[in-house]
Amino acid sequence: MIYLDNSATTKPHPSVLKSFQQASESFFANPSSIHQLGGEAEKLLLKAKEQAAEILHVNNNEIIFTSGGTEGNNMAIKGIAFAHQARGKHIITSQIEHPSVMEACAALETLGFDITYLPVDENGVVSLEDLTQAIRNDTILISIMHVNNEIGTIQPIEKIGEIAKRYPKLFFHVDHVQGIGKVPLKLNNSGIDLCTISGHKIHGLKGTGILYVNNRTKLFPLFHGGNQEQAIRSGTENLAGSVAMVKALRLTKERQANEAKELAELKRYLRVSLQKIVGVKINTPEIAAPHIINISVPGLKPEVIIHILGEQNIFISTKSACSSKQKDESRILEACGFSKERTTSALRISLSYDTTKEEIQTFLQELEKALTQLKEVME
Amino acid sequence: MQYDHILIRYGEMALKGKNIKKFIVKLQENIRHKLKDFPEVKVKRTQGRMFVLLHGQDPEPILERCKDIFGIQSLSLAIKVINEEEKIKEAALFALNNSEHVKTFKVSVKRINKDFPVRSQEMNQLVGGHLLINTEGYTVDVHNPDLEVKIEIRNEATYITSSVIAGSGGLPVGTSGKSLLLLSGGIDSPVAGYLAMKRGVEIEAIHFHSPPFTSERAKQKVLDLAQKLTKYGNSINVHLVPFTKLQQQIFKDMPDGYAMTVMRRIMLRISETVCRNEAILSMTNGESLGQVASQTMESMNVINEVTNYPIIRPLVAMDKNDIIKISRKINTYDISIRPYEDCCTIFVPKSPKTKPKRDKVNYFESQVDYSELLREAIEGIEVVKLTDQNDSVNEFEDLL
Repeated sequence: MIYLDNSATTKPHPSVLKSFQQASESFFANPSSIHQLGGEAEKLLLKAKEQAAEILHVNNNEIIFTSGGTEGNNMAIKGIAFAHQARGKHIITSQIEHPSVMEACAALETLGFDITYLPVDENGVVSLEDLTQAIRNDTILISIMHVNNEIGTIQPIEKIGEIAKRYPKLFFHVDHVQGIGKVPLKLNNSGIDLCTISGHKIHGLKGTGILYVNNRTKLFPLFHGGNQEQAIRSGTENLAGSVAMVKALRLTKERQANEAKELAELKRYLRVSLQKIVGVKINTPEIAAPHIINISVPGLKPEVIIHILGEQNIFISTKSACSSKQKDESRILEACGFSKERTTSALRISLSYDTTKEEIQTFLQELEKALTQLKEVME
Repeated sequence: MQYDHILIRYGEMALKGKNIKKFIVKLQENIRHKLKDFPEVKVKRTQGRMFVLLHGQDPEPILERCKDIFGIQSLSLAIKVINEEEKIKEAALFALNNSEHVKTFKVSVKRINKDFPVRSQEMNQLVGGHLLINTEGYTVDVHNPDLEVKIEIRNEATYITSSVIAGSGGLPVGTSGKSLLLLSGGIDSPVAGYLAMKRGVEIEAIHFHSPPFTSERAKQKVLDLAQKLTKYGNSINVHLVPFTKLQQQIFKDMPDGYAMTVMRRIMLRISETVCRNEAILSMTNGESLGQVASQTMESMNVINEVTNYPIIRPLVAMDKNDIIKISRKINTYDISIRPYEDCCTIFVPKSPKTKPKRDKVNYFESQVDYSELLREAIEGIEVVKLTDQNDSVNEFEDLL
């Protein structure tokens, strides 16, 4: 099997699974229980938090364990909106965000919030000038993703953070789900107030994630109840899941430190090879994340290509797995200004640190074969 | 181009006259200890200055750690270049570009090496001009600049420093002797420990626990608090005193209003014994005047009667809000508010005396003999040695 759909989800690392199982068995008690077992569970939870904080270079109490990217994004956006609406009801985001940001914003629109969706250039990058101009007196939140999930574009988060710092009344949220472990992002003293991370994109488990909430940021909780996670997210802590999350984070950060160069080289090789295949257009800009490449094969249905490759046990995807717009048309590519021919024929190949050069070579051969075969049928 | 060293400035220590050597050597030792997991980083002293040589290491984590070391007034990132005009300009530009929150700057050149062909005044203008041409949005302000780019042209090389980053101030831990901190688990005592350490005091801690009335978690909480304090020193020994029997006996024997006072006096007696055994010369506690029953002037007077060891009370004149602010800064607040019973909250009498009298307490105490129980408690002391987090063993290592 050649799995090249790592931006949809990744295969859990065996040692992450082991941690999950061990934690589930040995630390099943409720961390809020006052008996000894509860105490041990709480200790592990605090240690997990401490380690996550250490890896992300933030404070322990700035880590909130969540169920993943969608929850993190919703918690950040609605949490800010509800807590600070007295100050203003204007939110700035971009046209190429993940649905969990887009739809959360759209939902807030129905409640009377005003949302600015910043356009992007042909590379999928927002303009700092547009952003600065969009900021108003009643702006309470900027939410911009770090790495785009469909095309791998990297947004200038550092510079946006600098702009956000100049407006102490607004908060800055970053959807870092695709960037974590792949593209460096500094959190402390960066102007970033909130940052969403998901476990299952980094060989962790589904249903696990972290929302970074810096100390100055107050959120209105999505869940009310037993006041766990500093009362920002009530509900019995998913201790084993959090442990697995932190383990996955550590492992992926280690691989990032040691193998970032190899991954970037592998993608470069893939990109150069794809450019040589007749009929393939590359949608991902030259400078982008090291693990995502988006291509279009105008005239051919992407679904068919996926099925042919699937017969060879090779797995790639069309646009993002959770895109919501009309079938086969990529909202992201449309925002970048690509023609309909390109936006309806997009394929995404996404790598992980486990991907080998041999796998990429096999994929390229099979893709070329598939395209030739399809073109013969079409003609 | 990158920053290659950090310049360390000492504040108050510089006033210490003849003793200054002792302070500086200790500071250097403390910095070395704090940075020991960066083997390539070196700490050097030359001509009355201290430098951290980075040798390619990213300065960010080093700065973060140095900010917590007492005895450092301020820090500056610096670049060393050869005595060439072009190199100096390039480094100055780098320093300006890498400074945050800067709109105005000024250049100050000190030419110690008189062989350098360009004079200070002229060099100021040359470098200033170079910076203005190659950047956007900055203006020069010679009176009140956001950033002063300092250039020292010395014989061996030129040093360029920019932003001044505030350190923690105080004196190097280990230069003011050792004190025993009475650590309860509340908000105040860790802050008291921190402030004592800031004056150069090395601390050990003592905690009284009363299982099963107090839980394993209450004990862990205290260890977690002490662990946070190790960040400012090197290691901390925590003396855990088994207090159940004594405490029960006290509350059985003593009139309700005086039990708390007697308990405190006994804690001090045990603490003094630990001080004697460990050659510690004072005690430190988190008392602040007027906070609760045991912290009235009358209580302090009566409790303090049992020891003639100095008791350092760094918080005595501080407001609660200011104490909380510090506890947040040193990350002990979130631990302190964990809701477990400690030995001081569990046997709270219905109406503790806020104005106890010495003669009364002495009378009540004369009616009982606790020497056996005291001996037992002291013999049962468990000592836990905590070192700064970097080298502590992680019992969950496999899981995480």
